[in-house]
Amino acid sequence: MSNSIRALMGACAIGALATAASAETITVATVNNGDMIRMQGLMDEFNAEYPDIEVEWVTLEENVLRQRVTQDVAAKGGQFDVMTIGTYEVPIWGAQGWLVSLNDLPEEWDADDILPAIRGGLTVDGELYAAPFYGESSMVMYRKDLMEKAGMEMPEAPTWDDISAAAEAMTDKDNEIYGICLRGKAGWGENMAFLSAMANSFGARWFDEDWNAQFDSEAWANTLNTYMDLMTNYGPPGASTNGFNENLSLFQQGKCGMWIDATVAASFVTNPNDSSVADQVGFALAPDNGLGKRGNWLWAWSLGIPAGTDSEEAAKTFVAWATSKEYTELVAEKEGWANVPPGTRTSLYENEEYQKVPFAEMTLNSIEAADPNQPTVDPVPYTGVQFVAIPEFAGIGTQVGQEFSAALAGQQSVEQALENAQAITTDEMEAAGY
Amino acid sequence: MARAVTTQRKALNTLAAWTVGLLIFFPILWTILTSFKTEAAAIADPPVFLFFDWTTENYSAVMQRSDYAQFLWNSIVIAGGSTVLGLIVAIPAAWSMAFVPSKRTKDILLWMLSTKMLPAVGVLYPIYLLFIRLGLLDTKIGLTLVLMLINLPIIVWMLYTYFREIPGEILEAARMDGASLRDEILYVLTPMAVPGIASTLLLNFILAWNEAFWTLNLTAAKAAPLTAFIASYSSPEGLFYAKLSAASTMAIAPILIMGWFSQKQLVRGLTFGAVK
Repeated sequence: MSNSIRALMGACAIGALATAASAETITVATVNNGDMIRMQGLMDEFNAEYPDIEVEWVTLEENVLRQRVTQDVAAKGGQFDVMTIGTYEVPIWGAQGWLVSLNDLPEEWDADDILPAIRGGLTVDGELYAAPFYGESSMVMYRKDLMEKAGMEMPEAPTWDDISAAAEAMTDKDNEIYGICLRGKAGWGENMAFLSAMANSFGARWFDEDWNAQFDSEAWANTLNTYMDLMTNYGPPGASTNGFNENLSLFQQGKCGMWIDATVAASFVTNPNDSSVADQVGFALAPDNGLGKRGNWLWAWSLGIPAGTDSEEAAKTFVAWATSKEYTELVAEKEGWANVPPGTRTSLYENEEYQKVPFAEMTLNSIEAADPNQPTVDPVPYTGVQFVAIPEFAGIGTQVGQEFSAALAGQQSVEQALENAQAITTDEMEAAGY
Repeated sequence: MARAVTTQRKALNTLAAWTVGLLIFFPILWTILTSFKTEAAAIADPPVFLFFDWTTENYSAVMQRSDYAQFLWNSIVIAGGSTVLGLIVAIPAAWSMAFVPSKRTKDILLWMLSTKMLPAVGVLYPIYLLFIRLGLLDTKIGLTLVLMLINLPIIVWMLYTYFREIPGEILEAARMDGASLRDEILYVLTPMAVPGIASTLLLNFILAWNEAFWTLNLTAAKAAPLTAFIASYSSPEGLFYAKLSAASTMAIAPILIMGWFSQKQLVRGLTFGAVK
């Protein structure tokens, strides 16, 4: 027994030593996406400017990262000095006091240059709790050649009826061409991200002002019926398991006429190394129904600093560098303008070089068309476009997503799915005390 | 006639064994093949099996991005350390359960196994908080301890079944000759149980090597083993299947090679005690 206690004490001592020795080492937790990996390759540039800050990277898959950093910030584990978090986490964590306010970043960082829609989603009570690294919305990506063949033209701001007509015209199932590819895989960040944003354009909402679930509304029935019609008539087979990657793969192989998904996909589908349709892709705003809201979402991967870190100053220095205008220029110089992290700064979209990138304008227009503080036609008590920024949402959203995915797979009817969604949401919200 | 039937049966058995073996191995083979494809070929539909442009660009990309050697070293230390530590604790424990059982031995064995019935995530928070208090987060020693404790029931159970096969009379004879308890375990029991101990060691090394819950949850930058290395190549937004496959292949290669060389030991140990 005494031996094991000794071993534990030894372990503690080693742990303490490790912390003491790494006073100016900061650990950055991040996701595996192209922009983040690119930044890891540019650390020499950072160190040339700040030789006394050493940056260690922990790269994880998005969902693993989310669980890992949530656990660490809630338990005050102190594992990370900078965390890559999304627009869903920032308002919740900021309100909990888990994040350091970034209102005091240096003047030249220029907070006023951040796109208002993005900045709004990262601010709680006037305090900016995370610095946006890259922002995205969703938009329509379509095949110009197939549209031409069908004798149609895609409007810049299509309605859902336009989408439906285009999907019908482009579908050619004998040649494995499906008019439209949409997310069907269950999850709050998977099919529910798409469907919640789509519902906004149909005048639906998750909750009324008193936090009552709204799945029994006609607007939700219209949303889901339209989605089902599109997917069963013009969608690819087995769509109920398709997420971003599956649809990306289908689109790159020329099997989708349209794909409504993240703006970040534009750089993938137009990359001739991976995409067989690279020179045939057109872009349009996410569809609407003339109700004043479009079916596009808003997301920003942002860098936040957990409260209680030992290296707050070093972390702030790093965050300011990584999200600065200078960083954008550095990437442009090394890798070209198409590879700079998009969607965070007004100045980027005013840059003439950047305006030449084919998807730049549509990305900006899409981001500006989303308003996380007023996401729906009718008023709601929450913020967030494709999510509801309350801690309970991740669980509820995923359960509801499973109901909708089951409906798409043909295991239940739309009515049944909506009924179940209503029951699940009502129960969970009651249990959570709303 | 009888001979012909036997040959035919043998051939059938061999065929069946190969089929099952290939089926089980196929996902790993597919991973290895994918690691040599370009990202575009990796997602091609219909999938290409062998006839594609082989490339090693994924491996160079992975080597350039990650410090493979550090992840590998962490894996070796954690998996090796937890297995050795586990054996040091489990051999005496299994000895006492096999040769000097008490009324409660069966209950204790079952109780030990019952700790494996709880999903690991059920104790994540208590262990995480303990690790914060003890300063063990993201340390190799912390992970070694946890993996040792997790695999301990299996180690004890395996050793216990092997030890039960050894006649107690031999140990008695050693005792008659004046061997102390330590001598008895070290010089009589252990050498006789070497196949069993070896297969326990190998199996637990593999289990610890592949353990992906605790190793992902309790590490960050310093102690992260190869499981975290694989996890860093998975992405829901972006097609990195070829690179992910390259990372996976690099992570399983050492254990695969080790398993290949020690398969004789492994099979002998696992079937040891099967025929009563």
